[in-house]
Amino acid sequence: MGQTIDRPLGSALRKATTVPWHQRSSTRGVFQAILVYAIVLPGALLFTIPLVWMLSTALKEPKQIFIFPPQWIPNPVHWENFAKGWNDFLPFNRFLLNSLIITTNNIVGNLISCCLAAFAFARLRARGKNFFFLLVLGTMLLPAEVTIIPQYVLFSKLGWNNTWLPLMVPSWFGWAFFIFLLRQFFMGIPRELDEAARLDGASSWHIMWKVIIPLAKPALATVVIFGFIGNWNNFLQPLIYIRSTDMQVLAVGLNMFRGAFGNTNYNYMMAVSLLVLLPVLVVFFFGQRLFVRGIALTGIKG
Amino acid sequence: MLFTVIRSRGRKPLTLQQREELDFYLFIGLWLIGFILFTGGPILASFFFSFTNWTGLTSGEFVGLLNFKTLLFDDPLFWTATRNTFFYSFGAVTLGTAGALFVALLLNQKLPGTTFLRVIYYMPSIASGVAVSILWIWLFNPQSGLINYLLSLIGIKGPLWLASQQWALPALIIKSLWAIGANMIILLAGLQAVPTSLYEAAKIDGANQWREFRAVTLPMLSPVLFYVLVISTISSFQILTDVLVMTQGGPGTATFVFVYFIYQAAFQYLKMGYASALAWILFVIILALTLLQLWGSKKWVYYEDDSR
Repeated sequence: MGQTIDRPLGSALRKATTVPWHQRSSTRGVFQAILVYAIVLPGALLFTIPLVWMLSTALKEPKQIFIFPPQWIPNPVHWENFAKGWNDFLPFNRFLLNSLIITTNNIVGNLISCCLAAFAFARLRARGKNFFFLLVLGTMLLPAEVTIIPQYVLFSKLGWNNTWLPLMVPSWFGWAFFIFLLRQFFMGIPRELDEAARLDGASSWHIMWKVIIPLAKPALATVVIFGFIGNWNNFLQPLIYIRSTDMQVLAVGLNMFRGAFGNTNYNYMMAVSLLVLLPVLVVFFFGQRLFVRGIALTGIKG
Repeated sequence: MLFTVIRSRGRKPLTLQQREELDFYLFIGLWLIGFILFTGGPILASFFFSFTNWTGLTSGEFVGLLNFKTLLFDDPLFWTATRNTFFYSFGAVTLGTAGALFVALLLNQKLPGTTFLRVIYYMPSIASGVAVSILWIWLFNPQSGLINYLLSLIGIKGPLWLASQQWALPALIIKSLWAIGANMIILLAGLQAVPTSLYEAAKIDGANQWREFRAVTLPMLSPVLFYVLVISTISSFQILTDVLVMTQGGPGTATFVFVYFIYQAAFQYLKMGYASALAWILFVIILALTLLQLWGSKKWVYYEDDSR
């Protein structure tokens, strides 16, 4: 693990190993390039086509959906399916609001609590530090199933069932993966900067806010987008804790929609699913470099 | 100023070193409290629960190893779940890692458009969650789904997929392959960290491409590959959302996997003690597999700074 993490990896999306096979001899190179494209292009088509199919189905009327062979471009195009699916069945506006509130809270909570811990692990000298850092790493490898039952018991005892507290409170107490990610980034910031500040009498708090955080914006942005996607997609916790429909989040709301109206209304189901997925896709397209950086820093996919 | 106040009370001021140590514990304080409340404490509690017959409704009693004994010898569902989980994990990890490596090797070349293609392959791994599970229900639809339509184009009559005892679990494996992009990115990063000088040396020695792959790329990439295998195995053992949304463990028990078993025991039947025992068995299986991979890796993983 250590090997891959500490190496400066650069942007894996953009670079290539510098001795390309095809430069060896030109005819062989061309042949090879054709071979690569012959595999990679159909593959890329296969990877994109489910989303195209999703959009196509979302725009159809019921009788068009089950036509065989399927029509790729529906005629007529039913744009109103998005509004109908969203408004006519379940309170999706409410779900959206709930998801936004919980996601925002959790991102802010994680940013603050994880920055503090990551700074301590990256910069402050103390006895017992290695022990606690091992605990952080251990938590990352632990399957969530081991803790979810006693957590449920704890939150039920506190009377937090059917409230957002079980979904929102833990984010203010750090998350091992983000602590590790931020710590890796902080370690890469030259120590001379904060040593100088410390000699001038700056407090740890001051060094974190004025020296480290301003230099760590890319890592913070990575935490924000990983946090956004993780919380947006979180399904199990709201499923377990939230009973009232009005308090439910998008992920569970979507599954309720599938359960209640699923097997016939594929057009509405695809329309609403696409709307739920859209923010994730948008975040991905604007933040792909940050994703790659996050993976390069930790070797872990969100 | 502050120092004089403290001193006047007869205490020694903190040295810089002590101050730093105090700061350390203040800064990790939130995490530490969270660890005790939401991770460490629950782990101990769950260990304790696993020896009780507690149901969440009645107050439980200590039953010793009864839960484990029942699971291993009297509950056929346990073995069904274990078999299904191993099958899924084996399929998803081997095919997923091989696929990710294959695509990473192809896209690690200086050809026009590779940047764009990497984004395309990477994108689906970000799009996870319920929305995507629902999309795949529709893709796997036996009559009008895209997959059986594409199969019909090459003259194959597709199976019933999620409605078929035989094909439901393979269908979940196929779905998991859509997300190989994240592993592809990790492997690409690994490929780019291979020093160019090694390829130049191989070229001078007249190595052909296969030899170059075997003698340079694979050994240099092996730590990353090992890492991908471990992480994929751990996450494949925890498959849940797809099962909850797409199959609910069915048809029959065809996709009844381990974590779904835990979910059902704990939150539908409220058998908290039994479910905790299950969770611990899962934890031990995952730990054992990780250690097994670690042990096996000594034979094939090459570490640069390792003087063997």
